Amino acid sequence: MVNVLINVPKTAKRGDVVEIKALILHPMETGFRPGTNGRIIPRNIVERFSATWNGTEIFRMTMTPAIAANPFVSFFAVANESGTIGFRWSGDEGFLAEESVTITVA
Amino acid sequence: MRRVRIGLGLASIFAASFAAAQSGDSSRHSGYQDMGPALQKMQDDDSANPGMLFVQAGEALWNQRTGAANKACADCHRAAAATMKGVAVRYPAIPPGTAKPVDLEGRINLCRTANQKAEPLAGESRELLALTAYLARQSRGLPIAPPDDPRLGPFREQGAELYKRRQGQLNLACATCHDANAGKKLAGVTIPQAHPDGYPVYRLEWQSLGSLKRRLRNCLVGIRAEAYAYDAPEYVLLELYLMDRAKGMKLEAPGVRP
Ligand code: HEC
Ligand code: HEC
Repeated sequence: MVNVLINVPKTAKRGDVVEIKALILHPMETGFRPGTNGRIIPRNIVERFSATWNGTEIFRMTMTPAIAANPFVSFFAVANESGTIGFRWSGDEGFLAEESVTITVA
Repeated sequence: MRRVRIGLGLASIFAASFAAAQSGDSSRHSGYQDMGPALQKMQDDDSANPGMLFVQAGEALWNQRTGAANKACADCHRAAAATMKGVAVRYPAIPPGTAKPVDLEGRINLCRTANQKAEPLAGESRELLALTAYLARQSRGLPIAPPDDPRLGPFREQGAELYKRRQGQLNLACATCHDANAGKKLAGVTIPQAHPDGYPVYRLEWQSLGSLKRRLRNCLVGIRAEAYAYDAPEYVLLELYLMDRAKGMKLEAPGVRP
């Protein structure tokens, strides 16, 4: 199960600047820590996060092992049209999570 | 090195301020108030509080059939918002037909084994934390209300005794820090009054949600005492005492801590 919390206003006025917040459950294992058996725990991080507004990419970031577990990303966008905001996280061990929310712009 | 100096420093502070320790209810406050505004905001915002990820996972588990009985919590308890409201604020408690208090985690595991006919969930496992957080969330904002079951009295007293007993290589009691020196600094950290009102909490240092038990283990290790075994009754005794001490304070779980 994808465990994600998204916070986007349900409605906005055209031209408004809206804050978009996305939180995902992920261990962000650095690849530098030894486990209880003394061996390095393999790296397991989210490498890429991106967001689209009606299919057009509006935000993208590359994540690194220095980012804490359960990364929280917050950014701003100008509301131009109603539609769907899509989110995508991908990373080590074939990790892929996708989520979307709708927003009404009047 | 650093810990030793802290210990010595505390010992001298301790002597001077013991009288100030017996602070009345009016100055009682949550660890929430000892945090900076950024962390307070993080706790308050359900879409920024990582504890809510566990609450969400707990809701999924609540509705998931499991065990030999193939029953979900929801099959018997229906909507948690109605049936589990006000439950977390009165644990630890003595379940019917038994004689010993269990904490909320223990109570969940009783239902796992007796009613779902499933294996108990391991302490600090993601599943147990998630279910605990989900149940605690149903009581958010309600005052902590320990049951007035007279059988709990002796257990609570044992908890109070443990709380006041000096232990570990640093020879400190919980009370040394949390009563006599609460509000003062230990290294860079404000010593909180040790209220259980935010648990389970998302602790940034852990990068995870953790139980009150885990917090108590951290404090025991900090004073270089041997932490009680994971399934030791001492944690429940201490929790009983802490919940009684925090009676009337509002449950804020899942909290956020540094
Ligand atoms: C050396 C001082 C010291 C001793 C002794 C000590 N603690 Fe703590 N305790 C702390 C500090 C400091 C924190 C806060 C840590 C932080 O925020 O990083 C804390 C946190 C806590 C909290 C969490 C409070 C919150 O708001 O989240 C509880 C509960 C607690 N301690 C209980 C106990 C108990 C029970 C004992 C005895 C078994 C004990 N402590 C012994 C220093 C101590
Ligand atoms: C087969 C039915 C059944 C299932 C499944 C079940 N429970 Fe229960 N549960 C009960 C009953 C009956 C009680 C009351 C126990 C008593 O009073 O003897 C109870 C009591 C409880 C209590 C204590 C409530 C209180 O008021 O103190 C909690 C908490 C609880 N269950 C949580 C859970 C959770 C979490 C699950 C799923 C992991 C679960 N239960 C699954 C039947 C069930």
